[in-house]
Order: sequence, then structure tokens, then C-alpha cells
Amino acid sequence: MSREDVLVTTDWAEKNLGAEGVVFVEVDEDTTAYDGGHIPGAVKFSWTTELTDPVRRDVLTKEDFSAVLSAKGIGNDDTVVLYGGNNNWFAAYAYWEFKLYGHQDVKLIDGGRKKWELDGRTLTTEVADRPAATYTAKDADLSIRAFRDEVVASIGAKNLVDVRSPDEFSGKIFAPAHLPQEVSQRRGHVKGAINVPWSKAANEDGTFKSDEELKALYGDAGLDDGKAVIAYCRIGERSSHTWFVLRELLGHSDVKNYDGSWVEYGSLVGVPIELGAGS
Amino acid sequence: MCGAPDQAVALPAGTDLEKQTVLAGRVVAGESPVGGAFVRLLDGTGEFTAEVVSSASGDFRFFAAPGTWTVRALSRSGNGESVLTADGPGLHQTKVAVA
Repeated sequence: MSREDVLVTTDWAEKNLGAEGVVFVEVDEDTTAYDGGHIPGAVKFSWTTELTDPVRRDVLTKEDFSAVLSAKGIGNDDTVVLYGGNNNWFAAYAYWEFKLYGHQDVKLIDGGRKKWELDGRTLTTEVADRPAATYTAKDADLSIRAFRDEVVASIGAKNLVDVRSPDEFSGKIFAPAHLPQEVSQRRGHVKGAINVPWSKAANEDGTFKSDEELKALYGDAGLDDGKAVIAYCRIGERSSHTWFVLRELLGHSDVKNYDGSWVEYGSLVGVPIELGAGS
Repeated sequence: MCGAPDQAVALPAGTDLEKQTVLAGRVVAGESPVGGAFVRLLDGTGEFTAEVVSSASGDFRFFAAPGTWTVRALSRSGNGESVLTADGPGLHQTKVAVA
């Protein structure tokens, strides 16, 4: 796996608009962003209804994932190029879910929607209309997804990487600063977790830092390359960004995203929580 | 209620400015508002905290905590930043000029 296999530039994206077998997919935190303008030909995925179960707190089932991709006109052999706002948070979450269900060829646009806009490239409000396809998802690859019991069992044994902001990590605030702060769970972080905010992996324009910078970032933060990694954040999308960096860019072989993340962990009874900046 | 919020800033229903620290402002190029700017909130150490996109009227807001913050805007009209000190809960406003 190399950077070229999983990441494309905005320039590559622009040159491949309309290319046979390439489907551009926009996924935003703000699910209305697509409607105000998107990359020509791109289809929209709403993370709240088309990547997560609308009733249970979970990813889509294999069957629902297959149905959504079929309806969007995405086939198993298509190259799916994901991008989105907020530095690809939810595009990275979608990337992780596509990999969870075994999609072979999926890539992120480096810098996402922000880079595309700052480059001054074309946006359109014309909604892409693709004929339906037949998509068959594979069984979920649980080697890239962590559940709560595994997180608790991993304390002191695996790398636990909390990718939230320092203030969320220390327990000063509950949620990122652009969101309201009313929540019910406890504040803090999983005992023993290291704090490497997802944002440290990205440049100001949303592109990923170089492999050398990224290696230094996690090495300096105390990540042990000889041990497995579980990344988490608040609801699992920022940690998808870091999961992408560690597994897809740096090639770490055993990295899981704990998509339950702090909203789940911080509500569990009796689990180890630490406050403050960590050890 | 004392300290009524500035009505120019539409806050979500239920926002309690007695308890919450809200940072809000407008991105401008000269006198013109800049919509669609990427507004980044950096904490007192310069660490990235959050990012939002300014509205058509150039407005943005963050829910943060008391402290000193830098608000940095990136846009097609240029970049710029402004420092904001929130000494306690309430609404704290600034303007970010880009060039």
C-alpha cells in the first residue's frame, strides 16, 4: 500500500471527472453542503442516513450497504473517490466503511472539499444521475473495527490513540468547539491513551502531511510500532482520519477504528477513565 | 435575563450563555463579508481546535471555553487571523480581515 494507491490530488480528480469506472462521492458533516455545490458528477452520501443505521447506533448492515451503493449506481469494480468537508472527516469515515465491507478500490481526494474550493475549481449544483447498479458487499472485515470490550482489554496492552483535541482529551470540554456542549457522558479519556489530535496529521489546507512528518508525529507521541493500534474520537469519524493515516499511509498492519468512541466509552459504567493531559 | 445575546447572531435554541462560551464573528475582505471561508479555531498554544465554514454573510461561531483563542480564516480572497480573549462564559465577538 502506498500513498498513490489511496490518495489522489485535486488535480488528478479534475482530470478524471467523468472517467469510465470512476465514481466521485461527497460525504460531509454538514449534509446540506452537497446541495449548495459539489464536484461535477459526484454523488452524495448522507452520513446520518446512508452510512449509519437510522435507528440503532451502528454502521449500516451488509445488506443495507449493498442496497445504498446499488441505488447510487456504484459497482463492486468501480474506483470510488471520496471527498468531503471538514478536512475529509466523514469522507475518511466512509472510506473506512467501504473497506469494512471489502470495497477494493477506494481513494480519498487529498485536502477534500476545502482544497478543491481553495484551488478555485468548479462546483455544480446539478445532481448526478447514475443508473442503478448491483452491488454486493463482503462480510464486515472486523480486523479494522474495535468494539468496547476490546478497548477495555487493550488498556496497557495496545496503543490507544485518542485523536480528539487536547481540551476534549483532558476533560475540559465534551465535544469539538464548533458543536454545542450538552451531553450526558463523563469527560476525559481511556486510561493510558495517548493524545494525537487528528488535526496534527493534516496541513492547513486539509492535505495530509508527508510520510516522514507523520512517522515523526506518532513516534514522538509514544506510539509503539510493535503493538496493535486502536484509534478513537467522539463518534468515530475523526478517528477514521487517523486510522487512514496509520494503516493506509504509514502501512501499520494492525489498526482498528473504535467507532463507538467517547460517546459510548464515556457512558459505560465502571470503565477506567483518566482526566488531565495524560502521562 | 441579563446579558441578552446580540440578536445579529443566531444561536441554537437552548444555548445558555450563562454557562457556555460562544465565540462568534465575521470574515471580511475590506468592508465585504466573505462567505465560504474556512475558519479555524486555534487554542492558546496555537493548536488546532475546530473548523467551520463562514455563512453567506461571512458569519461563524464556535462553542469553546474561556481562554485566549486565535481565529484564522482561509479563503479565495486571502487569509487572515484575529485573537480573541474570552474571560468567561457568554458571547465573545470578533472580526477577521482577510487579504
